[in-house]
Amino acid sequence: MRRKPFPWHITVFLAPAVVIYTVIMIYPMIASLDFSLYKTIEGGKHVFVGLGNYITLLTDPLWSKPFWNAFRNNVIFFIIHMTLQNPIGLFLAVLLAANIRGAWIYRTIIFTPTILSVVLIGFAWKLILSPTWGIWISFLDKIGLANNDVAITLLGNEKSALITLALISVWQNIGIPMMLFLAALIRIPPELLEAAQVDGANSWRIFWRIQFPLIIPTVGIVAILTFIGNFNAFDLIYAVQGSLAGPSFSTDIMGTFFFRTFFGYQLRPGDPNMGATVAGMMLLIILIGVLIYLYGWQRRMEEVQF
Amino acid sequence: MVKKSFKILAIGALVAAALFGGAFAKQKVIIESWRTDDMKLWKDVIIPAFNKHYPDIEVVFSPTDPAQYNAVLDSKLQAGTAGDLMACRPFSKSLEMYKKGYLESLNDLPGMENYSAFAKSAWSTDDGSVTFCVPMASVIHGFLYNKDLFAKYGFEPPKTWEEFMDLLAQMKKKAPAISPLVMGTKDQWEAATMGWHNIAPNYYHGEEGRKAFMAGKEGFHTDGFLKGFEALAQWAPYLPRGYKAVSYSDSQQLFTQGRGFIYPAGSWDIGVFHQMNPKLNMGAFKSPPPAGATKSYISDHPDIAMGLNHASKNKEAAKKFLAWLTTEEFASLYGNALPGFFPLHSYNIKINDPVANEFLSWRQSSESTFRMTYYKLSAHKPDAETDLWTASVAVLNGKQSPQEAAKWIECRLASWYKPHAHFYSELNCK
Repeated sequence: MRRKPFPWHITVFLAPAVVIYTVIMIYPMIASLDFSLYKTIEGGKHVFVGLGNYITLLTDPLWSKPFWNAFRNNVIFFIIHMTLQNPIGLFLAVLLAANIRGAWIYRTIIFTPTILSVVLIGFAWKLILSPTWGIWISFLDKIGLANNDVAITLLGNEKSALITLALISVWQNIGIPMMLFLAALIRIPPELLEAAQVDGANSWRIFWRIQFPLIIPTVGIVAILTFIGNFNAFDLIYAVQGSLAGPSFSTDIMGTFFFRTFFGYQLRPGDPNMGATVAGMMLLIILIGVLIYLYGWQRRMEEVQF
Repeated sequence: MVKKSFKILAIGALVAAALFGGAFAKQKVIIESWRTDDMKLWKDVIIPAFNKHYPDIEVVFSPTDPAQYNAVLDSKLQAGTAGDLMACRPFSKSLEMYKKGYLESLNDLPGMENYSAFAKSAWSTDDGSVTFCVPMASVIHGFLYNKDLFAKYGFEPPKTWEEFMDLLAQMKKKAPAISPLVMGTKDQWEAATMGWHNIAPNYYHGEEGRKAFMAGKEGFHTDGFLKGFEALAQWAPYLPRGYKAVSYSDSQQLFTQGRGFIYPAGSWDIGVFHQMNPKLNMGAFKSPPPAGATKSYISDHPDIAMGLNHASKNKEAAKKFLAWLTTEEFASLYGNALPGFFPLHSYNIKINDPVANEFLSWRQSSESTFRMTYYKLSAHKPDAETDLWTASVAVLNGKQSPQEAAKWIECRLASWYKPHAHFYSELNCK
C-alpha cells in the first residue's frame, strides 16, 4: 500500500498566518520572557539571574507592595466590569433584539463611545468631572451635594477614583458585549420564541428558559474577553490620571505599573528587565484565567451541547 | 597625452568638489528636547539667529512630550537613532547618561568659561572635573498674584509667613468666591514643586540645611524639613474647591481668568500666563520667610542644558552650535524670548519683562538653593523626588499628618541612602 503523500498544500495555506503570528506575537513574547531572566549591570551587560527578578518582584516590599496594590486594583476594576458592563450589555441587547422601534439608532448611539479614541474619552470625562469647569459640579450644586468632598473630587479622591475610572470604562466599552449578545440573540430561531409565546410564556420566562441558555457560550466568551481586556488595560488610566496613577497609586493597575517600571517616569530611569518581569506576571495571570475558562467552562459547555 | 590626463584630473576634481562640497555645505544637526512649548520660538527666533553666523548648518529642533522625554530618549540612544544634541535634565539623570557614555565631555568647548561653577554644578561629575552639558537656564520659584484683585480689596503682598497666612484668611472672609491660593493636587508634582520646594528652603536654611541633609545630620523628619511639611499643610483650607481633582492646567486657567488671588509659581509660568491672558496684571512676591528670620531663601533651580551625543555623526557642526549657546547673543535672546527661564551665563543680561525681573532680583536679596531631592537622592529606587510628590499630596489632602508623611518619606530614603542609614533604626522603619 502506498503511503499518502505529505499534504504540502496545507503547509502552504498555513504558512502566512504561522509566519506573521510567530514574528509579531510569539517571538516577542518569548523574547520578553527571556529578557525577564536577566539583569542589566553597570556597563550595560546582561547577567542571567534565573527567576531572581520574579522573586524580587514578589518578596522585596519595594516591588511587592506596588505589585499587589496594582493586582488588587485590577481585580476591583474587573469585578466592576463583570457586574455592570456585561449584565447591562445583555439587558440592552435583549431590548434591542425585541424589535423595538428605532433599534438601530439606539444601537449606534450606545456603540459610539467604543469607537472613539480613549484619549478623547479621557479628556472629555476629565472636563465633565473637573471641579473648576465641569457640568458635574453644576449638577451637584442643583441637588445640594456641592459640599461633599468625595462627590466633587471623584477623580482626585482615593475612595472614588478607581470606581469612577471603571465606570467610565464601562460606559465606553459597553457596546462590545451588547453587540456580541445581540448577535447571539438574533441567531436564536424565531420559531422557538414563537412557540413559547403560543404556550403562554411571558418575556421574563422566555428570556431565562430559552434565550439565556442558548447564548451561554457567548456569556463565557464575553467574560473571558472582559478578563483579558481588563488585565491588559492601561490607556484610560494613563489618559486620565497619568503614569503615576494617582492619587497615591489608588488607580494603579497592572498596565500602568508595567509602564512605569519599563519606561520609568520623571527622574527615574526605566528598568526594562523588571518591566519584562511584570509583563511575565501579567501573562501568567491572564493565562491562569484563560485556562480556568477553557477547562472549567468551555469543556462543560461542549458536554452540554453535544 | 599629459594634457589630456590633466584635463581628466581637473574634471574629476571639479566633480568631487561639487559632490563633497554639496554634502558638506549643509550639515544637519538635530536637537532632542522636552520643551514642546518652545517649538515655535526655536524655529522662528533661535535657529535663524544661529544661521546668521553659520548659514551652512541646518538645525532641527525635535522635541518630545515632557513626561515621555527620558524614556523616549533612552530607547533612541540604545538604538543609536538619537539626535546630535540633547537637552539635559539636571543632576543624576544626565550624570548617569554621561557615565553610560552617551554624553561627551565638553571641558574643551570654547565658551565654557562663561559659566560659574554653581551654574555648571548640575551637569558636572561629583568632583566637578568634567562638565558634560552647556548650561542654558534656571527657573525660580515664588508666588504670582493678581494685582488688580489685590488693589480692589486693598491687600498687600506679604513679607513674612505669618502675614501670608493672615492674608489668606482675610481673603477667604472678604471674597469667598475667589480662591485665595490657586493650586491643585491631581497632577501631584505641583504639590512638591510649587509647594514644598518653594517654601521649605526658608525653614531648612537653603544650602546649609541641604548639605547637612546630604551628610546625614538632618532628615525629612527633623527641624526645617519637617517644618516645610507643616507649613504646606496650612495651605489646605485656602486651595480652590475640589482641589484634589484640580489639575495643573485647571489652576493655570483659574488664575489667568482672575478667579484666584495668589498662584504658587515656577518662573516658567510667566511666559505662559502672558500668552493665556495678555491683559492679566501680575505681580510677584518671593517665598515669605517666618517672622524674625534674618535671611530668606529661594529655590533657584538649574533646569535645562544641552549636551552632545557621543554617537553623533556631525560633531563639528553640533559643537559650533553648542559654542554659540555660550554667547551673550544667545543668552539675551533666550532670556527675553522665554521670560522666566533665566540664562545661567555670567553675563549681565537685561531682562525686559518686569515680572521676570522681579523674580531675578531675588537672587540679590535672598540665598539660592536648588530642589534638594534632585541631587543624588533620586538616582535610586525609591527616588526621593517622586516620594516627595506623594508625601506633599498626602499632607495637602489630609491623608497624612506632616509628621507621618515626613516619617514615611524619610524611611523610604533611609532604606538605601547610606548617610541616612542611622535614621532607619532611629525611626523604627521596619
